[in-house]
Amino acid sequence: MSMKAVTSWALAGVALAAVALPARAADATLTIESWRNDDLPIWQEKIVPAFEKSHPGIKLNFQPTAPKEYNAALNSKLDAGTAGDIIACRPFDASLDLFKKKELTSVNDIPGMNNFGPVAKAGWSTDDGATTFCVPVAAVLHGFIYNKDAFKKVGIATPPATADEFFADLDKIKKDGTYVPLAMGTPDQWEAATMGYQVIGPNYWHGEDGRKALIAGKEKLTDPEWVEPFRQLARWAPYMGDGFKAQSYPDSQNMFTLGRAAIYPAGSWEIAQFESQAQFPMGAFPAPVPKAGDPCYLSDHVDIAFGMNPKTKSPEAAKAFLTWVASPDFAKLYSNALPGFFSLQTQPIDVENPLAKEFVSFRKDCKSTIRSTYQILSRGTPNLENETWVESANVINGTDTPEQAAAKLQKGLDSWYHPAK
Amino acid sequence: MTDVDHLALDAPLPALAAPGAAPARRHRLHIAVFLAPALLVYTAVMIVPLFDTLRLALYTRVDGVSAFVGLANFRALFGEPRWSEHLWSALGNNLVFFLIHMLLQNPIGVALAAMLSLPRLRGGAFYRTAFFLPTMLSFVIVGFTWKLILSPIWGVTPMLLGAVGLKGWFHPWLGQESSALITLALISVWQYVGIPMMLIYAALLGIPDEVVEAAELDGITGFSQFLKIKLPLIWPTIGICSILTFVGNFNAFDLIYTVQGALAGPNFSTDILGTFLFRTFFGNQLQLGDPNMGAAIATVMFAIILVGVSVYLFGIQRRMRRYQF
Amino acid sequence: MDRSRSSPLGRGLVHVALLAYTALCLAPVLLVVVNSFKSRRAIFAAPLTWPDASSFDLVGYRTVLGQGVFLNYFINSMIVTVGSIAAVLLFGAMAAFALSEYRFRLNTALGLFLALGIMVPIRLGTVSILQMMVAARLVDTHLGLILIYTAQGLPVAVFILSEFMQGVSKDLKDAGRIDGLGEYTIFFRLVLPLVRPALATVAVFTMVPIWNDLWFPLIVAPGEATRTVTLGAQSFIGQFVTNWNAVLAALTLAILPVLALYLAFSRQLIRGITAGAVK
Repeated sequence: MSMKAVTSWALAGVALAAVALPARAADATLTIESWRNDDLPIWQEKIVPAFEKSHPGIKLNFQPTAPKEYNAALNSKLDAGTAGDIIACRPFDASLDLFKKKELTSVNDIPGMNNFGPVAKAGWSTDDGATTFCVPVAAVLHGFIYNKDAFKKVGIATPPATADEFFADLDKIKKDGTYVPLAMGTPDQWEAATMGYQVIGPNYWHGEDGRKALIAGKEKLTDPEWVEPFRQLARWAPYMGDGFKAQSYPDSQNMFTLGRAAIYPAGSWEIAQFESQAQFPMGAFPAPVPKAGDPCYLSDHVDIAFGMNPKTKSPEAAKAFLTWVASPDFAKLYSNALPGFFSLQTQPIDVENPLAKEFVSFRKDCKSTIRSTYQILSRGTPNLENETWVESANVINGTDTPEQAAAKLQKGLDSWYHPAK
Repeated sequence: MTDVDHLALDAPLPALAAPGAAPARRHRLHIAVFLAPALLVYTAVMIVPLFDTLRLALYTRVDGVSAFVGLANFRALFGEPRWSEHLWSALGNNLVFFLIHMLLQNPIGVALAAMLSLPRLRGGAFYRTAFFLPTMLSFVIVGFTWKLILSPIWGVTPMLLGAVGLKGWFHPWLGQESSALITLALISVWQYVGIPMMLIYAALLGIPDEVVEAAELDGITGFSQFLKIKLPLIWPTIGICSILTFVGNFNAFDLIYTVQGALAGPNFSTDILGTFLFRTFFGNQLQLGDPNMGAAIATVMFAIILVGVSVYLFGIQRRMRRYQF
Repeated sequence: MDRSRSSPLGRGLVHVALLAYTALCLAPVLLVVVNSFKSRRAIFAAPLTWPDASSFDLVGYRTVLGQGVFLNYFINSMIVTVGSIAAVLLFGAMAAFALSEYRFRLNTALGLFLALGIMVPIRLGTVSILQMMVAARLVDTHLGLILIYTAQGLPVAVFILSEFMQGVSKDLKDAGRIDGLGEYTIFFRLVLPLVRPALATVAVFTMVPIWNDLWFPLIVAPGEATRTVTLGAQSFIGQFVTNWNAVLAALTLAILPVLALYLAFSRQLIRGITAGAVK
C-alpha cells in the first residue's frame, strides 16, 4: 500500500526539519503535553514564569488535554510525530510501552536524578530498574476528608482509627440524619476502586509486602487479606446517599463541598478545589486499621512525571527543563502551587497548606505503598485495573458478593499472568 | 426557478423510474469530471487510512515488532472467552440500542413530520426549530445535560416527579444495570429525532398537491389519507432513515463514552460495539491500546454493517416503488 | 388552497402534541442556560427557579471567558464547518449526479465503494491520517480539518442525494438535452435547483458532526491558532471538573453559537425545502 511511501515521506520531512533546525538552546519553545488541564492557570501564572525567568531563551507552552482523552491523543500524536517536546508520563506500563517504542528517552543522565529514591523511580523505570525514562514529579496520597462541623454536631471527638470505630461513627452520622455519612457514588467505577478498595486495602494486604507477593504469585486475590477489603467496601453502601448508583464523581464532590455529607473518601488532589469551595472547616484521617494497634499503610501513589520526546527539535532545551524539574526549587514551587501533589524527591518539602500538611503527616506513622494493580499486573487482557474498577462498583452495588468479585479478578489474572514460581 | 419547477410537475405521474437509466452515449468525460473530486478526497483521506488500519487485524505486536498472524486475532475474538464475552454482550446491547431507535425514533419522526406538514399550520417554523435543536448539540452537551437532569444529587427529576406526586418513581436510572442502556437509548432518541423528522418532512412536502387533492375528491382525508396516500409515497425516505439509523447505531460511541466512560458501566451493561472498539484500540487508564485487536473488532463491525446495508440495498430498496414527480 | 377540512378540535390536539414535544426538546437546554446565571448555592438549592437578585451570578462566565479566546475559537469553527459543508455539497452532488444519471460499467461498484465510508468510523484511520497530514504539512491548519470532514461527510451526502436525484424527472433532463444543453449545464441549472431541499438537509446533517467534533481538532489541529469552540469548551467539561458554574456557562456558550447558526441557516433550509415542493 502507498502508505509506506507516505510514511517514509513523512519521516524524511521530519528528518529534514531536524537537520534544518540544529538544536539551539537559545530561543527554543518547548510544548508540554499533560492531562492536568485543571492546572493550566497555575502553570500560566506560576510555573512557566518561574522557569522562563531562570532560563532565558527557552519558552514553555503548556498544552493539556482532558484526562479521558490524554492517552489516546498522545499515542496518536507520538506515532505520527506531532507530539510536544515534553511528555507528562502516566506511571508504569503506559509510559514503559512508550519507552519501548522509543517514544521516550532515558533520563538517567539528567543531573538531579539522585534526588529521587528507588520507590519514586519505580513508576517510570524498566522492570530491571536499570533505566529511568521520566523525571518523577509528584505523588498523590489517599485518605478521608471530613467535615469538622458534622463531626461536632453528631459528637465525634476524634476521627476513627479502626474499622469498628469507622462504622460506629458512620452509624452515628446516619442516625443523626443531618448529613449523608459517605459522599461516594458508583457509576464512574474508578471512584469505588481508587478511593475505596485501594485506600482501605493496604491495611489488610500489608502494603508493599502483599503487593509484591501478589506479583510473585505467592498470594492470590482470593486469599482472605485480599477479599476482606471487598467485604469492608460492601458495608459502605448503606451509608452512601440516595441514588448513589447514579451519583457521579463530580456529584460526590459537590455533595461534600456543599456541606451535605460528612466524610469524603479522597485523593489529595482534591485539596485545592475543596478549599476554594467548602465553607466549613475540614480535616483528614488515614484509612482505618482492622484492629487497634495494627500497622497502618498509606496509599502513596506515584502519579505524574515528565519525560522527553526523542523527536524534539530542541533536545538541549528539553534537558534543561527536565534538570529543572529534578531540582529542589521545582519541588518546592510545585508542591506549594498545587497542594495535594507531593514532591517525590527524597528531601522533605515544607508544605504550607494545612490540609495538605495533615495528609503528608500520614507518611510519618504509616508505610507508603502504591496501588496494587499498577505494576506488571495490568499488562494483559483482561486488564486487572479495569476489572478492579468494575468489581469494586459491583460489590458496593450488591451485584457481586466480595467472594465472587475476588474470584472473578483472580480468574481473569490467571488467564494470562503466570509468575515464575 | 419557478418555470423549471412547473416543468417538473408537468411530468406524468406517478411514473415508475427505471433505476439508473439515461442515454448519454456521446462522450463520457463528464462522468469522470463529476466523480473525480469526491472520489479523490474520499479515497485519499478516508479509504486508504481505514484499510491501512483494518490491515492491522492480521498482525500482532510483540515487544514493538509487528508480526503477521493471519486470522489469529479473529480466532481469539470469537474463541477466547476474555474477548468473546465482551463481543457478544456488546453486540446484544447494540441490537437493543438499535431496536429502541427503530421503535421510537423513526415513528416519532414520522408523526412529527406528518403534523408539521399539515397545510396552514401555525408556528411550524418554531416547532421545527425546537425539534431539531437537540440534534444540533454535541454529545458532550447532550450527555452532560442529561446526566445533570437525572442526577440524584441535583434532584431536578425527583423534584419534578414529586410535583406530580410520583416521587417514588425516581430511580438512579443511569446507574442501574437494568435501566442504564434503555435510558441512554432514550437520550439518543431525544437527540436524533430531528433527522428522520427533517428527511420525512421534506419528502412529505414533495408530494404534489394534485395527488392530495385527488385523494380528497375521493373522500380520503385526515389520518386515513396519511396512511393510504402519503405513507406509501414516503417509504423510500423512511428506508433511508432506517438504514442511516442502523449504520449510526452500530457506529455509535460518543454518547455512551461521554455519559458512562470508556468502561460503559455499570458492569459493562451499556457496552456497545463502538465503546468496546474504542477501549481496545486506544486503551483506557492502565489498559494499553491494542491496535491489532482493535482492528479485528473494527473489521467485525464493518462486516455487520456491510451485511445490514447490503440486505437493505439489494433486498429492500430494489423492491420499493419509487415515484417521479 | 381551501381544501383543509380538519376540525378545529383536531387542530387543537395537533398543537397540544407539538407543544408537548417542543417542551421536551427545549426544557433540558433551558435548564442549563437558566442555571448558568445563578450562584453555586442557588444552582443546587433551587434548580427549577429563575435567577433573582439574590441568586444572579455571572461567576461561571467570568471563569470561562477569562480562560480562552472564545471569539477566535468560534471563527475557527466557522471556517472549518462552512468550508467542509461547501466541499461536501459540491463534490457530493456531482458524484451523486454521475451515479444516478449515467449508466456505466463501474456504476454499482463505485456506489458501493462510496458507501463503504458510512460503515467504518473514520476515527479508526487516525494514525494514518495524521501521518498523511504531517507529510503534507497540514497539521494545525484549517485545510487539514476541512479535508478530513469532507471525506467523512461525502458518503452520506452521496447516499442521500442520489436517492433524491432519482426522483428528478427524466423528461425534464431529456428536454434539456434536446434543447442542446450540455451535461454540466443540466446538472448545475436544472438538477441542482430541484434537489435544493435535499442539499439543505444534507448541509444540516453534515454540519452537526463537524461542528461538534472533538477528536480531529484534538489530534490534527490542537494549536491555539486553529482551536475550535468544541475543543475549547471541552477543557471545562472534563472528568475532573466540579465547578458547575463554569460547566453550565461553558455549555451555554457552546449551545448559543450552534443555535444562532441554525436559526440563520434554518430559513435557508425551509426555503430550500418549500421551493422544491412548490405549493
